[in-house]
Amino acid sequence: MHGPLSALLQAGVFLAPKPWDDPRLFGEQIVLGLATGAVYALVALAIVLIYRSTDIINFAQSEMAMFGTFAMWSIWLSGVPFFSNPWALLVLAGLFGLGLGAVVERVVIRPVEGKPLLTIVVVTLGLFLLLNSVATWIWAQGELPKSFPSPLSVLKAVDIGFANIPQHHLLIFGVGVATMVLLGLLFNYTKLGLAMRATAQNPLAARLMGINVGNMLTLGWALSGTLGGISGALIAPVLSLHPAFMLSVLLYAFAAAVLGGLNSVPGAVVGGFIIGVAENLLGTYTPHAILGPEMKLPLALMLLVAILLVRPTGLLGERAVRRV
Amino acid sequence: MLRLDRVTAAYGPIVALREVSLEVEAGSVVTLLGANGAGKTSTLRVISGLLRPQSGVVEYEGERIDRLSPDRIVRLGIAQVPEGRQLFSQLTVRENLELGAYLRRDRAGIRQDLERVFNYFPILAQRQKQAAGSLSGGEQQMLAIGRALMARPRLLLLDEPSLGLAPLVTREIFRIIHAINEQEGLTVLLVEQNARLALDIARKGYVLETGRVVLSDLADNLRRNEEVRRSYLGY
Repeated sequence: MHGPLSALLQAGVFLAPKPWDDPRLFGEQIVLGLATGAVYALVALAIVLIYRSTDIINFAQSEMAMFGTFAMWSIWLSGVPFFSNPWALLVLAGLFGLGLGAVVERVVIRPVEGKPLLTIVVVTLGLFLLLNSVATWIWAQGELPKSFPSPLSVLKAVDIGFANIPQHHLLIFGVGVATMVLLGLLFNYTKLGLAMRATAQNPLAARLMGINVGNMLTLGWALSGTLGGISGALIAPVLSLHPAFMLSVLLYAFAAAVLGGLNSVPGAVVGGFIIGVAENLLGTYTPHAILGPEMKLPLALMLLVAILLVRPTGLLGERAVRRV
Repeated sequence: MLRLDRVTAAYGPIVALREVSLEVEAGSVVTLLGANGAGKTSTLRVISGLLRPQSGVVEYEGERIDRLSPDRIVRLGIAQVPEGRQLFSQLTVRENLELGAYLRRDRAGIRQDLERVFNYFPILAQRQKQAAGSLSGGEQQMLAIGRALMARPRLLLLDEPSLGLAPLVTREIFRIIHAINEQEGLTVLLVEQNARLALDIARKGYVLETGRVVLSDLADNLRRNEEVRRSYLGY
């Protein structure tokens, strides 16, 4: 190879760090990727939960989370004793998401139930714009982005043996995994979880069993809202708050959900972690002269397209069989 | 036990039932015969609350149920085995059966009924951990019936249990339905295309044509009826 392009490529490749040169850096990127991956997994789970039970892709998922996080920020600023504690805010964020999800299902989605899918998807896009505008109207005053508190520290690192990881990223990972475990327990070991899975699979049969299908759908949206709320409060101290701060998270979470298989719950988790780690590795080890960290998102999405070419249903998704 | 009085029902502009009246006595097997689209399934859907009638009355044990939601009707003791079985195909056999008992709170009774279902359908006990979708057609029908029995109903609505099954399997399933009716006195309303089998276990039958009851009589008389023989029995 000759010419300016090859020179640039060589320089770029040459300038990029090599994973084996600095094992600690490599370890850090993996763990940081797992932490942000946990957030992507939570949002991907929120998307998959709704998609599995209703075939709807909720584009407003990110803005619901953003709205809740801003509400938590207001509580934090208000300095109300107990509630403005960052730990309490994390719990409140989940509860706020629970309520918001339920309200959205009852007020926004229920009236268009049974309408063509495209209609409903456009409604979720409308909700996206509505929440985004209202949040901008209420909160986007003064300096942006706003900082959001962490119960631990975003800056102070903990040595976990092979890497130095900020306390807050360990918290993200821990809370994220704990939330997923709780969700798994709910779905697999409770009667309510069984009823929700049954409703997602066959609403008609679920009604014949005496399951109140409407309540199950509301509960599904409420759980999705909870996942969104928690992920917003977890990632906000890292990304800082502004009305579009959850948008990139939503894109990665979509990528994670599609990668894992849109109808697969374990797939969303696996996809989230893969996307999180891939994002960090690509950002660190691609030649900066050509690609650089700002190419992280397109690179992750290109990876996604490549995988989908080989496995159209995602890694763990099941092919939908429909009799016509 | 169950009485329909001049029930008219429609899907949008398409009228499915026109003034259908029928009666099911406690402890009996009653069958609804008729061609495709005659209104058999719609009748069951009205009873289980999935289709709301435009006019007419549905009475169950002296109580009007035509304005109740499906879950209320299940609570009253009416369980339906729907057409095409409608299993939760990705859930296990065991989970499908547990869902049949969704509205019940008596753990001991549920465990008892699980044994009872496994008694009638021993193959289901062997396949407990398997996904319902992986069962054969006959096993799936058994599971659908077992799932309905888990609600401990007093009235069982059966929609086309023979659909898509081999003759031997169909006969086995009818034998078991008959046994359940005889041993437990469970009342059965049976919708069936296979008129011969249905009339064998039923006491009484109704013949539906384009949403109307055109004939009703004891099963023995229907079997001898010239019209029924030509149209539904084929001899």
